[in-house]
Amino acid sequence: MIKIVFFAALREQLNCAEMSLPADDVQTVDDIKQLLSNKSEQWQQTFSHASLLSAVNHDMVKGNHLINAGDEVAFFPPVTGG
Amino acid sequence: MPVTKSPFSLRLLAVDMSKVMTSDTTPIKATSTEKVDQEISIQREDFSLAEEVALLEKDNLTDGAVVTFTGRVRNNNNGNSVTSLTLEHYPGMTEKSLANIISQAKERWQLGKIKVIHRIGELAIGEQIVFVGVTSKHRHDAFAANEFIMDYLKVDAPFWKKEKITKAGSVSESWLAAKSSDTNKAKCWS
Repeated sequence: MIKIVFFAALREQLNCAEMSLPADDVQTVDDIKQLLSNKSEQWQQTFSHASLLSAVNHDMVKGNHLINAGDEVAFFPPVTGG
Repeated sequence: MPVTKSPFSLRLLAVDMSKVMTSDTTPIKATSTEKVDQEISIQREDFSLAEEVALLEKDNLTDGAVVTFTGRVRNNNNGNSVTSLTLEHYPGMTEKSLANIISQAKERWQLGKIKVIHRIGELAIGEQIVFVGVTSKHRHDAFAANEFIMDYLKVDAPFWKKEKITKAGSVSESWLAAKSSDTNKAKCWS
Protein backbone atom coordinates (compact mmCIF):
# COMPACT_ATOMS: atom_id res chain seq x y z
CA MET A 1 0.00 0.00 0.00
CA ILE A 2 0.91 3.66 -0.36
CA LYS A 3 0.12 6.16 2.39
CA ILE A 4 -1.11 9.51 1.15
CA VAL A 5 -1.26 12.61 3.36
CA PHE A 6 -2.65 16.10 2.77
CA PHE A 7 -1.85 19.36 4.53
CA ALA A 8 -3.17 22.86 5.18
CA ALA A 9 -5.69 24.30 2.69
CA LEU A 10 -5.57 21.09 0.66
CA ARG A 11 -6.58 18.96 3.64
CA GLU A 12 -9.47 21.29 4.37
CA GLN A 13 -10.69 21.43 0.76
CA LEU A 14 -10.66 17.64 0.49
CA ASN A 15 -11.83 17.15 4.06
CA CYS A 16 -9.22 14.39 4.23
CA ALA A 17 -5.94 14.23 6.14
CA GLU A 18 -4.80 10.76 5.20
CA MET A 19 -5.71 7.82 2.96
CA SER A 20 -4.10 4.81 1.35
CA LEU A 21 -3.98 3.33 -2.14
CA PRO A 22 -2.95 -0.10 -3.43
CA ALA A 23 0.61 0.25 -4.77
CA ASP A 24 -0.27 -1.70 -7.92
CA ASP A 25 -2.69 1.00 -9.09
CA VAL A 26 -0.04 3.68 -9.68
CA GLN A 27 3.51 4.11 -10.97
CA THR A 28 4.21 7.81 -10.52
CA VAL A 29 3.11 10.80 -8.45
CA ASP A 30 1.20 12.07 -11.50
CA ASP A 31 -0.68 8.74 -11.64
CA ILE A 32 -1.84 9.32 -8.06
CA LYS A 33 -2.98 12.84 -8.90
CA GLN A 34 -4.89 11.53 -11.90
CA LEU A 35 -6.51 8.77 -9.89
CA LEU A 36 -7.54 11.12 -7.09
CA SER A 37 -8.83 13.73 -9.55
CA ASN A 38 -11.39 11.19 -10.71
CA LYS A 39 -12.94 10.94 -7.24
CA SER A 40 -15.16 14.01 -7.55
CA GLU A 41 -15.37 17.52 -8.91
CA GLN A 42 -13.87 18.88 -5.67
CA TRP A 43 -10.86 16.56 -5.92
CA GLN A 44 -10.50 17.33 -9.60
CA GLN A 45 -10.48 21.06 -8.87
CA THR A 46 -7.99 20.74 -6.02
CA PHE A 47 -5.54 18.68 -8.06
CA SER A 48 -5.73 20.98 -11.07
CA HIS A 49 -3.81 23.72 -9.22
CA ALA A 50 -0.42 24.17 -10.86
CA SER A 51 1.15 25.34 -7.60
CA LEU A 52 0.38 22.06 -5.78
CA LEU A 53 3.54 20.52 -4.29
CA SER A 54 4.29 16.86 -3.71
CA ALA A 55 6.74 14.98 -1.51
CA VAL A 56 7.66 11.31 -1.31
CA ASN A 57 9.15 10.03 1.94
CA HIS A 58 9.68 13.63 3.12
CA ASP A 59 11.54 14.83 0.01
CA MET A 60 10.04 17.26 -2.49
CA VAL A 61 9.57 15.48 -5.87
CA LYS A 62 8.29 16.12 -9.39
CA GLY A 63 5.28 14.46 -10.99
CA ASN A 64 7.30 11.80 -12.81
CA HIS A 65 8.78 10.46 -9.54
CA LEU A 66 8.34 6.67 -9.31
CA ILE A 67 6.32 5.26 -6.42
CA ASN A 68 7.08 2.09 -4.48
CA ALA A 69 4.96 0.11 -2.06
CA GLY A 70 5.30 1.51 1.47
CA ASP A 71 6.04 5.05 0.30
CA GLU A 72 4.49 8.05 2.05
CA VAL A 73 3.26 10.54 -0.53
CA ALA A 74 2.23 14.05 0.53
CA PHE A 75 0.36 16.77 -1.31
CA PHE A 76 0.26 20.36 -0.08
CA PRO A 77 0.08 24.01 -1.14
CA PRO A 78 3.21 26.21 -1.41
CA VAL A 79 4.73 26.66 2.04
CA THR A 80 4.29 29.83 4.10
CA GLY A 81 6.36 29.40 7.27
CA GLY A 82 8.95 31.65 8.84
CA MET B 1 33.67 17.35 31.65
CA PRO B 2 30.85 16.82 34.16
CA VAL B 3 27.39 17.09 32.69
CA THR B 4 25.49 19.86 34.40
CA LYS B 5 21.92 20.82 33.78
CA SER B 6 21.65 24.27 32.25
CA PRO B 7 18.75 26.57 33.19
CA PHE B 8 17.53 25.93 29.65
CA SER B 9 17.03 22.21 30.17
CA LEU B 10 15.41 22.84 33.51
CA ARG B 11 12.99 25.21 31.86
CA LEU B 12 12.12 22.60 29.26
CA LEU B 13 11.62 19.97 31.94
CA ALA B 14 9.09 22.28 33.54
CA VAL B 15 6.96 22.38 30.38
CA ASP B 16 3.44 21.22 31.08
CA MET B 17 3.10 18.26 28.72
CA SER B 18 -0.68 18.49 28.77
CA LYS B 19 -0.22 21.64 26.71
CA VAL B 20 1.98 19.94 24.14
CA MET B 21 -0.78 17.76 22.73
CA THR B 22 -3.60 20.10 21.94
CA SER B 23 -6.24 20.45 19.26
CA ASP B 24 -3.73 20.70 16.39
CA THR B 25 -4.06 17.83 13.94
CA THR B 26 -0.32 17.27 13.92
CA PRO B 27 0.74 16.85 17.55
CA ILE B 28 4.46 16.98 18.16
CA LYS B 29 6.20 14.24 20.05
CA ALA B 30 6.84 14.99 23.69
CA THR B 31 10.61 15.08 23.43
CA SER B 32 11.29 18.65 24.51
CA THR B 33 13.84 17.62 27.13
CA GLU B 34 16.09 16.07 24.47
CA LYS B 35 16.25 19.19 22.35
CA VAL B 36 18.89 21.09 24.28
CA ASP B 37 21.83 20.38 22.00
CA GLN B 38 19.97 19.86 18.76
CA GLU B 39 20.19 22.28 15.89
CA ILE B 40 16.49 22.05 15.05
CA SER B 41 13.49 22.43 17.30
CA ILE B 42 9.83 22.43 16.26
CA GLN B 43 7.89 23.40 19.34
CA ARG B 44 4.68 24.88 20.69
CA GLU B 45 6.30 26.67 23.60
CA ASP B 46 7.97 30.07 23.33
CA PHE B 47 11.74 30.50 23.36
CA SER B 48 14.04 32.99 25.04
CA LEU B 49 16.40 34.95 22.82
CA ALA B 50 18.83 35.41 25.73
CA GLU B 51 18.90 31.68 26.48
CA GLU B 52 19.43 30.79 22.84
CA VAL B 53 22.31 33.25 22.51
CA ALA B 54 23.83 31.88 25.73
CA LEU B 55 23.66 28.35 24.26
CA LEU B 56 25.29 29.49 21.00
CA GLU B 57 28.11 31.11 23.00
CA LYS B 58 28.52 28.27 25.50
CA ASP B 59 31.81 26.36 25.13
CA ASN B 60 32.45 28.46 22.02
CA LEU B 61 35.43 30.77 22.37
CA THR B 62 36.57 30.47 18.75
CA ASP B 63 33.66 32.34 17.17
CA GLY B 64 33.61 36.12 17.31
CA ALA B 65 30.31 36.55 15.48
CA VAL B 66 26.82 35.64 16.68
CA VAL B 67 23.97 36.57 14.34
CA THR B 68 20.37 35.92 15.33
CA PHE B 69 17.05 36.48 13.60
CA THR B 70 13.67 36.38 15.31
CA GLY B 71 10.40 36.42 13.37
CA ARG B 72 7.24 37.64 15.11
CA VAL B 73 3.50 37.70 14.41
CA ARG B 74 2.51 41.04 12.82
CA ASN B 75 -0.82 42.70 13.55
CA ASN B 76 -1.43 43.40 9.85
CA ASN B 77 -1.20 41.68 6.49
CA ASN B 78 -2.31 42.91 3.06
CA GLY B 79 -4.17 45.78 4.71
CA ASN B 80 -6.15 43.51 7.02
CA SER B 81 -6.06 43.55 10.78
CA VAL B 82 -4.66 40.21 11.97
CA THR B 83 -5.89 38.75 15.27
CA SER B 84 -3.75 35.59 15.45
CA LEU B 85 -1.89 33.00 13.39
CA THR B 86 -2.07 29.22 13.44
CA LEU B 87 0.95 27.30 12.18
CA GLU B 88 0.70 23.81 10.79
CA HIS B 89 3.62 21.66 9.68
CA TYR B 90 4.45 18.26 8.22
CA PRO B 91 6.17 16.35 11.07
CA GLY B 92 9.23 14.49 9.84
CA MET B 93 9.58 16.35 6.56
CA THR B 94 9.99 19.67 8.38
CA GLU B 95 13.01 18.41 10.31
CA LYS B 96 14.51 16.76 7.21
CA SER B 97 14.06 19.91 5.16
CA LEU B 98 15.63 22.17 7.81
CA ALA B 99 18.53 19.73 8.31
CA ASN B 100 19.16 19.87 4.57
CA ILE B 101 19.15 23.69 4.56
CA ILE B 102 21.56 23.76 7.52
CA SER B 103 23.95 21.33 5.86
CA GLN B 104 23.95 23.45 2.68
CA ALA B 105 24.78 26.52 4.76
CA LYS B 106 27.67 24.64 6.38
CA GLU B 107 29.03 23.77 2.95
CA ARG B 108 28.96 27.39 1.79
CA TRP B 109 30.32 29.17 4.85
CA GLN B 110 32.62 28.48 7.76
CA LEU B 111 30.19 28.18 10.64
CA GLY B 112 30.34 27.28 14.29
CA LYS B 113 26.99 26.60 15.97
CA ILE B 114 23.57 26.80 14.35
CA LYS B 115 20.12 26.77 15.92
CA VAL B 116 16.75 26.90 14.17
CA ILE B 117 13.53 27.05 16.19
CA HIS B 118 10.08 27.19 14.60
CA ARG B 119 6.90 27.31 16.62
CA ILE B 120 3.62 25.64 15.69
CA GLY B 121 0.04 25.99 16.90
CA GLU B 122 -1.89 29.18 17.55
CA LEU B 123 0.20 32.32 18.11
CA ALA B 124 -1.03 35.75 19.20
CA ILE B 125 0.10 39.12 17.84
CA GLY B 126 3.64 39.96 18.84
CA GLU B 127 4.56 36.37 19.71
CA GLN B 128 7.79 34.90 18.41
CA ILE B 129 7.43 32.45 15.49
CA VAL B 130 10.91 31.60 14.34
CA PHE B 131 14.51 31.85 15.48
CA VAL B 132 17.69 31.37 13.49
CA GLY B 133 21.03 31.70 15.27
CA VAL B 134 24.42 31.25 13.65
CA THR B 135 27.95 31.67 14.98
CA SER B 136 31.14 32.05 13.00
CA LYS B 137 34.69 33.33 13.41
CA HIS B 138 33.79 36.53 11.52
CA ARG B 139 30.58 38.41 10.84
CA HIS B 140 30.33 37.95 7.08
CA ASP B 141 29.76 34.19 7.22
CA ALA B 142 27.33 34.48 10.13
CA PHE B 143 25.24 37.22 8.47
CA ALA B 144 25.12 35.45 5.11
CA ALA B 145 24.35 32.00 6.52
CA ASN B 146 21.58 33.35 8.73
CA GLU B 147 19.85 35.04 5.80
CA PHE B 148 20.38 31.98 3.59
CA ILE B 149 18.73 29.70 6.18
CA MET B 150 15.74 32.04 6.57
CA ASP B 151 15.33 32.47 2.81
CA TYR B 152 15.26 28.71 2.21
CA LEU B 153 13.10 28.02 5.27
CA LYS B 154 10.52 30.34 3.69
CA VAL B 155 10.30 28.36 0.45
CA ASP B 156 11.30 24.78 1.35
CA ALA B 157 10.26 23.92 4.90
CA PRO B 158 6.69 22.54 5.07
CA PHE B 159 4.99 25.05 7.37
CA TRP B 160 1.68 26.74 6.61
CA LYS B 161 0.17 29.83 8.23
CA LYS B 162 -3.52 30.39 8.68
CA GLU B 163 -4.47 33.86 9.80
CA LYS B 164 -7.46 35.08 11.72
CA ILE B 165 -8.44 38.48 10.39
CA THR B 166 -10.95 41.05 11.49
CA LYS B 167 -12.75 42.93 8.74
CA ALA B 168 -15.60 45.32 9.46
CA GLY B 169 -16.07 43.74 12.86
CA SER B 170 -16.36 40.13 11.65
CA VAL B 171 -13.63 37.53 12.17
CA SER B 172 -12.62 35.10 9.43
CA GLU B 173 -9.81 32.60 8.89
CA SER B 174 -7.78 32.07 5.75
CA TRP B 175 -4.60 30.31 4.66
CA LEU B 176 -1.81 32.61 3.61
CA ALA B 177 -0.77 32.56 -0.05
CA ALA B 178 2.90 31.99 -0.81
CA LYS B 179 4.74 35.09 -2.03
CA SER B 180 6.67 35.01 -5.29
CA SER B 181 9.09 37.53 -3.74
CA ASP B 182 10.15 34.80 -1.27
CA THR B 183 10.78 32.33 -4.10
CA ASN B 184 12.80 34.92 -6.00
CA LYS B 185 14.81 35.80 -2.91
CA ALA B 186 15.81 32.16 -2.37
CA LYS B 187 16.76 31.80 -6.03
CA CYS B 188 19.31 34.57 -5.60
CA TRP B 189 21.52 32.16 -3.65
CA SER B 190 21.79 29.58 -6.42
